[in-house]
Amino acid sequence: MTSGRQRWLGPVMFLPAVLYVIALVGVPFVLAFLYSVGDVKVGSVGYHFVGLKNFASVLRNPTFLVALRNSFVFTISSQVLVLIGANLLALVLKDAFRGRRLLRFLILLPWVAPVSIGSIGWKWILDSLYSVINWVLVHLHLVKPFSAPMWLGEPKLAMLSVILVHTWHMLPFATVIILAGWTAIPRDIPEAAAVDGAGFFRRLAQIEIPMMLPIINVAVLFGVIFTFTDMTVIYILTRGGPYDTTQVVPSMAFFTGILGGDLAEGAAISMFLVPLLVVVAGLMLRSAHRSEVA
Amino acid sequence: MAVVRTRGLTKLFRKGQVGAVVDVSLESREGEFLVLLGPSGSGKTTLLRMIAGLEEPTSGEIWIGGTLVNDMTPRQRRIAMVFQSYALYPHLTVFGNIVFPLKAVGVPKEDRKKKAEWAAGLLGIAHLLDRRPRELSGGERQRVALARAIVREPSLFLLDEPLSNLDAKLRASAREELEQFQKRIGTTTLYVTHDQVEAMAMGDRVAVMNSGSVRQLGTPAEVYDDPADTFVATFLGSPPMNLVPANSAIAGFRPEHFLPAGFLPPEERDLLLRFRVGHEEYLGAERILYGVLEGEPFEGQKVVSRIAATHAVRFAPDTVHDFAVAERNLKFFDPETGVKTAPIRLT
Amino acid sequence: MIPAGARARRLGLKIFHWSVLAVFSVLLAFPFYWMLITSFKSTRDLYDLENNPFVFNQRPTLAHIRLLFGETLFLRWLGNTAFAGLVVVAITLVLAVPAAYSLARLTGRWGGRVGIGIFLTYLVPPTLLFIPLSRIVAWLHLQDTLWAIIVVYPSFTIPFSTWLLMGFFKSIPRELEDAAMVDGLSRFQTFLKMVIPISVSGILTVVIFTFTLVSQEFVYALTFISSAAHQTVGVGVPIYLVRGDVYYWGSLMAACLIASLPIAALYNLFLDRFIAGFTVGAVK
Repeated sequence: MTSGRQRWLGPVMFLPAVLYVIALVGVPFVLAFLYSVGDVKVGSVGYHFVGLKNFASVLRNPTFLVALRNSFVFTISSQVLVLIGANLLALVLKDAFRGRRLLRFLILLPWVAPVSIGSIGWKWILDSLYSVINWVLVHLHLVKPFSAPMWLGEPKLAMLSVILVHTWHMLPFATVIILAGWTAIPRDIPEAAAVDGAGFFRRLAQIEIPMMLPIINVAVLFGVIFTFTDMTVIYILTRGGPYDTTQVVPSMAFFTGILGGDLAEGAAISMFLVPLLVVVAGLMLRSAHRSEVA
Repeated sequence: MAVVRTRGLTKLFRKGQVGAVVDVSLESREGEFLVLLGPSGSGKTTLLRMIAGLEEPTSGEIWIGGTLVNDMTPRQRRIAMVFQSYALYPHLTVFGNIVFPLKAVGVPKEDRKKKAEWAAGLLGIAHLLDRRPRELSGGERQRVALARAIVREPSLFLLDEPLSNLDAKLRASAREELEQFQKRIGTTTLYVTHDQVEAMAMGDRVAVMNSGSVRQLGTPAEVYDDPADTFVATFLGSPPMNLVPANSAIAGFRPEHFLPAGFLPPEERDLLLRFRVGHEEYLGAERILYGVLEGEPFEGQKVVSRIAATHAVRFAPDTVHDFAVAERNLKFFDPETGVKTAPIRLT
Repeated sequence: MIPAGARARRLGLKIFHWSVLAVFSVLLAFPFYWMLITSFKSTRDLYDLENNPFVFNQRPTLAHIRLLFGETLFLRWLGNTAFAGLVVVAITLVLAVPAAYSLARLTGRWGGRVGIGIFLTYLVPPTLLFIPLSRIVAWLHLQDTLWAIIVVYPSFTIPFSTWLLMGFFKSIPRELEDAAMVDGLSRFQTFLKMVIPISVSGILTVVIFTFTLVSQEFVYALTFISSAAHQTVGVGVPIYLVRGDVYYWGSLMAACLIASLPIAALYNLFLDRFIAGFTVGAVK
């Protein structure tokens, strides 16, 4: 297959890519850690090790605790909604029908359009004065004019809006993955289940979904990572407001470390993302390993 | 125990109304092993799937055990099916697979366990109950599929080429086991295959299908010795029946009946033919001779002869010999339709 | 001859099917429809609270589009994004295609592990790396230039593309390459002259997806580029199309539409390939 002389070819071919990634992911990762245990600020020259001082300071900051809680609320709510929505949507999309291509295009739009673009679109839809949603609600007499909801201005509503917009953005991706899971089920097996006496719901719950679990897992794990570590939707819709009620860990890292120039504290905040990444990566690897043994 | 009956069953597909199954009416007998035999595209699997309820007929009726089942879902028809791929549920153990049909109809846990163990015992897989399908060999998977099929004690078994995924050696022993198995439990069985050896060996009766219709339904002896048309005549038997134009018809005779004249007693040498030997295949138990006929009206017709190795004759290539066929072994077919016709005088 | 009971059930299923589809399509596609309408509505119509927002109460106008292209940096941003996209795609191809081939074919067991490792780096978020990267960018004197993101973006487009291409290369029958090598080509020549030409559609898919990854990116562009003129479309549109506190909604929506639809069309064309690559990679 590969002669001894050519055994170097493989590594030579992938080394540039690996080195590039190490340089731009590995090195910054280590730096982020070093900053979080140091005292670096923008414009500072030296570096001093300060141990866990930054972390302590971060944990004492009430805003951070709010942001941490918000991160979990934001991630869990949107992922649950995405899971339910994507499964439902995949169910109706899996069998061919006329116009499926067009519908698929429409359904993909929130994912394909840059998320910042979609978010600013929603900002207009949710505008405090000109929201089309409010116009509809007022004209259906469900709310009184001038007391229509301030979607991005009231704390609870702002959180809801941010969750919904993020769900809107993630739904197509999860749907596509779950659809792939559906098509991976051999046609025989649901037919055998039908002949064996299983009705629609039993087939779904006991045969089809269990068979798709590895892929659903992948969709969920990706979704959790992309949601927990994302700040775009929140930055554009609310900038973390009103009064930090929609602040999440990554956005706070941005405001502190980039806009605020406090690299050490910003890095410490973003390091709180790492435990989640490790857990999720571990779960993914375990799930991949299991399906490979299968 | 049920009799399955179809009447005028047809399935047409959209593109240009191509017929997968065209006007099939057949009736099985209780407890019989009925084989649906035909090449790919003959409609045999579609026919089976319609009977199972997995495919909706365009027209026609399906009766199982005296009940019209057209409106019924597969679940309601109380049938069991073994798919070509076995369709075992990969995420369940063998035990889980076998009890699944029982769970689906609400059989209580204790009974489920007993029945599953009974079925597993019957098929000799009781030691595999904790394994997953991916850990089993092809033969073992087939047995699990069968166990899952019988555990509900259905009135009808449908099998879709269950041996085609096994390798050749295993196939022969699996075939025998399947035959014994069916005889023991006595359930009416419909068996789809394209392998005519399987069909002849296993079937009580064989329905030979082509292009969506049943050309002939009969016992193996009937379809082999008395084929209803040229399709049946050439599909069964390997090498296939020799067909030569003769006067206004087609005459057919099987290679094993086309023998050196000296092998037949004089009163049976009804059709004498001059045979120029082309080449010979030595297959151990028999020899196959390929060649052409000479003399009008058969000049140049390619024919095959099949001689048991117990006869120690040798035939040099390109030599001409006297061969003969007995009248009772001559079949006649209409040259246009291929259908069997009355015998005609050839001499 | 479908019997009544089954017919009713089938009708019920159809209604369910189409209502779910309708609801979801509306929910998912509505904002784009809204962008479309807003782009062409005259300002007076847009900001009059009495008017029905779903229809044109006054004549549609091209004023917003003219403003967008004439008086904003929108075209500049489009150009920046296109340029950055092209260069990033080039870098990605040069590095990821050989890497993917090597990991798919030349490295056996541990190659698979390196492949997984590369893929895992895709999961490391920009919101963790952006702080140290901002320092690295400053150290390279690339701050506030397009080159900052051109250098940084391959850090995620390479893992993604490598993983996609690995699956793709693995699906090419080994016999083709073996035949070429028996015919006298070296392994590398086989790669260049045989594998790459066969893989054009896979490579094209990677190009499209890399380009969409570039155009969708927000965090790094926001972090490294501070002046409006050097920005990409993804950051420029939501951040700079304002005067003070007031957004130019008409032009903004037009910009959104223009920034999303072409990408969407391209993506849709290549989606099946992507899914195939994804499932080959994930479910192996």
